Formats: sequence, structure tokens, C-alpha cells
Amino acid sequence: MSAEHVLFFLFAGIAVLGAVSLILQRHPIHSALSLIVVMISLAGLYLLLGAEFIAAVQVIVYGGAIMVLFVFVIMLLNAGVEERTNLSRMARYAGVPLSVVFTAALAWRLWGTSAAAPRPLPADTTRALSMMLFREYVLPFELTSILILIAILGAVVLAKKET
Amino acid sequence: MSDFLTANAAVLVPLIKVAVLLFILLTAVAYITWLERKVVAHIQSRWGPERVGPHGLLQPLADGAKFLLKEDPTPAGVDKFVYYFAPFFALALALTSITVIPFGPHPIRIGDFETPLSITEIDISLLFLFAITSLGVYGVALAGWASNSKYPLLGGLRSAAQMVSYELAMTLSVVGVLLVAGTFNLREIIAAQQGHYWGLVPKWFLFAAPLPQLVGFLCFFTAAVAETNRVPFDLPEAETELVAGFHTEYSSFKFAMFFMAEYVSMITVSCLATILFFGGWLSPLPPATYPIAKYLPTLVLAGFGLFVFVDGIRYRTVAGKIVLPVLGAALIAAGAICYLPGVVDWVQGPFWLLGKVFLFIFFYMWMRGTLPRFRYDQLMSFGWKFLFPLALANVVLTSLAMVWPEILRVVAR
Repeated sequence: MSAEHVLFFLFAGIAVLGAVSLILQRHPIHSALSLIVVMISLAGLYLLLGAEFIAAVQVIVYGGAIMVLFVFVIMLLNAGVEERTNLSRMARYAGVPLSVVFTAALAWRLWGTSAAAPRPLPADTTRALSMMLFREYVLPFELTSILILIAILGAVVLAKKET
Repeated sequence: MSDFLTANAAVLVPLIKVAVLLFILLTAVAYITWLERKVVAHIQSRWGPERVGPHGLLQPLADGAKFLLKEDPTPAGVDKFVYYFAPFFALALALTSITVIPFGPHPIRIGDFETPLSITEIDISLLFLFAITSLGVYGVALAGWASNSKYPLLGGLRSAAQMVSYELAMTLSVVGVLLVAGTFNLREIIAAQQGHYWGLVPKWFLFAAPLPQLVGFLCFFTAAVAETNRVPFDLPEAETELVAGFHTEYSSFKFAMFFMAEYVSMITVSCLATILFFGGWLSPLPPATYPIAKYLPTLVLAGFGLFVFVDGIRYRTVAGKIVLPVLGAALIAAGAICYLPGVVDWVQGPFWLLGKVFLFIFFYMWMRGTLPRFRYDQLMSFGWKFLFPLALANVVLTSLAMVWPEILRVVAR
């Protein structure tokens, strides 16, 4: 096993463990912390693929901004430990079998496929990425930003008190 | 032994560099706290630390021993894991961020072996730094939450809101520099600032064409002070309102870790401001003066050493009469080493970089001695309604200035 394999299994293992812990933790803050672990180990996986820019943005946006808001809201609401209920009927009869089927399908599809080596990336991936974003895909990029702007305006309108 | 070293150089060299940097950094942090107490004391017409060692120079050691030996109670009702995790996380992030800072242009050379003056060199070092600092908020926010106490919780909430708000302005204010430099690599950013106008004014991004980044620098430094939770933005620990804010329930070494994290991030931010806007390790002096100016490190070190030596001889205690002259002699010796022909060129980079960083650190202390704290609503409206639009305008104007010649050409046609 090369160092890349070791690092891959390390980050992938941490990501899966974090995701499981996210569901099993009973306190919202602990769940949020587990989600941060998942986000950061995903950034590690991106780095292994040579996508430095995406990795950094993953940490900045998900780890540093979105999850801070999650933690902030949990702290502000002073949310306590959750009550643990037994599986609801919906989860028991639909959720569990479906998740088993999904995992089996995924395993069946992936079993035996040899991992294709990632295509060699250009040396300056950040530059290449920005060239693509602002030349070839500039219209979808700008449309997405307008979509986000609309969402922000919607949030402001909803949060504003009626006078 | 030598075989072992050469075979495992890829692992050993970074480890040695990490150990050396850690030692220098933590010593620097200890003495920055001493200097800060002295500077603030003199601003307020007091003496500052004076009892432990000559001029209170052993005060950091005494503080360190106190932090280590003090009882370390865990308050009732804290969230144990998060409570212990928060200070580790804060310090670990602060120490990680300094690994990508390059301290000088020339590598260290021992025989055939050479290694650059930074722990690691990555192409997106600036983005990496921002990624690490964006996580910095968790240390403070989680410490406040995990303490299970009113004032720390308020401090944690404040810091979460403050750091997220000012991070935007900080990142945006750097975009102007990035547009001109065209790279995220700190070494290349410094290289882009090489040269002087008319052989006189350095081409630092603070002054350089197409648009001087003066506004960008002011936005960056203001936001950086807020990011490091320092006066006048130290609302998370405002002692007049919140006892001690987020670290109220922390004592002994866990408190010391928050303290060290704050000072290490001050150093990192000062390094970053120096590299981005003040030409990093480039000398501000015109190149024509280099044959004389290259002895400036010697002059500064030996001059200061001489001052310490003379002051030591006249010092009132016997211990001071011994310690201070020895310290002065060591500084003079360091100055003499900087005079050696092999060293004199090598030392220029670190000398100018650290000199500028020192000025920023002094500025931090100066602010702490003179400025009052913001009110919370002032902090928020200043960040969102003034700093953020200003940084945004800087980005727009810088990009306009960059394409201005082309616009003129198109219009003329």
C-alpha cells in the first residue's frame, strides 16, 4: 500500500465514523462537531485527488461558515439532549429495508471494479478551474450566484419584522 | 547515524524544523506577553513587571511555572469532551497556520544539504491560511458553550458572530492583492513586489500600481484585529461586562493554551499583513544603498546589545549586573555573526520580515494601551455596513484599474 492508499483509507474511515457519530450522538452540538469532522475529512480526500482549491474552499465554506452558523444557532437556542424514541413505523418498514437495498446495490455495482487512477490534473489547478468557471461556464456560474442572492433576499424579507 | 539522517530526510527535516520553530515561537510568545505588559504599563505611566529578574525579564518563566503547577479544577456540569477539546483545538489551529509562512528568500544550507525557511511550501498557502483561520472560531465558541455558564456562553456567541462577520471583510480585502499578484503562493506574492519606483519608493502592494492597496490593507488589518479578538474588538472576553468571557471557567494550563493561541495568531496575522502589503522580506531601502544597508542587522543587534550591556552594568541588583551584561554581550555577538560575509546576505530577508512583524505586534500593544472597546451593535454595524462594502469597493476599483488601459484602447478605437 502506498502512502496515498493509507491516507485515503484514513480520511475515508474518519469521514464514515464521523457520519455514523453524527447520527448516534444525542446532543446537537456533538452531532454538529461530527459533521465538521466529516467536512474536513472530505477536504482531505479532495486534496488526495489533487484538487487543492476545492479542498480549501470545502474547509472555508462548510467548515468555517455553514457549520459555524449551525453551532451558533444550537448555542443560541440552548438546545438540550434529545429524547431517544424507538424506531417509528415509517422507519421500521420503509427506512431500514430501503437502506439495506441501497447499500447492497452500491456494493454490487462497485464490487470488482478496479479503482481507475485519477486523471493527471494540470499543475496549476486553481488557475485552470477559474479559467473554466469564468470562460466556459460563466453563465451557469452567474445564474447560481443570482439564485443565492434571491435566497438571501428571501431570508431578509422573512426575518424583517412587519411594521 | 549520517546514513539514517540522509535516508529519512523527508520525515526528519520537517520534524526538526517544526521543533525549532515551535521553540522559537513559544519563546517569542512568552516575551511578547512580557513586552506587552511593559509597553501598556509605560503608556499608562506604570513600571510593569519589575520584580522577577532584572526588568522583570523572568516574569514569563514565572507565569509559565504558575500555569503548570496551579490546581486545574473542572467545573460541575461542563461538557467534558468539548471543554477539554476547545483549548487544544484553538492552540493547534494557531500553530498550524504559521507552518506555511516563509521567513526568508534563501534556504538554510548545511554542507550539500539545503532546506527552505518555512515548514512547508504549498501552492495555495494563502487559501490554506484562510481555511485554518476560518476554523479558529470553534475554539472560542465551543469553549464558551462547554463551560455551562452564562458569561462564557455570551462570550462564545459574540465571538462566533464577530469572527464570521469579519472573516468576510478580511478575505475580500486580500482579493485586491491577489488580482495584482495573480497567485495564492506567498513566496510569489512577495516576488511580485520586488523593485523600486525611481529607485526610491518600494513597489510594495501598499503603494504599487495599478491601484495602491491602502484601503485593502486598512480593511485587512482591522478585520484581522477582530479575528484575533484583540482590543478594540475583544468583546468575547470583555472583562468589564463578561468577567473574562469565553475563558472564565478555564484555569491553569488550559487557560494558558487560549492565551498562547491568541498571541500565535497575532504573530501569524502580522506575518500575513507584512507579506501581502509590505513586501515581506524585501528591504524598503533603495537598492543603491545596499552595500551599506546590508550591515543594518549588525548595527541594530550590536547597538541594542551595547545599550543592554551598559544598562546592565548600572543595574541596581547584583543578579541584574550579571544577567543583563551577558545578554547584551550575546546580542553583540549575534550582531557580529550577521557581519560575517556568508551570513550577511542570508540574514537580510528574515531581518526585514521580522522587523516589520515586530512593528505590527507593537501596534497591537499600542492599540491595547490606548483604545476603548467597541459596543456590540457598533461592532456589527461597523463590520457589515462599513468594512465589508469598503473591501468590496476596493475589489471593484482594483479590477477596474487593472483593465483600464484596455478599456482606453477599446474606446480610442
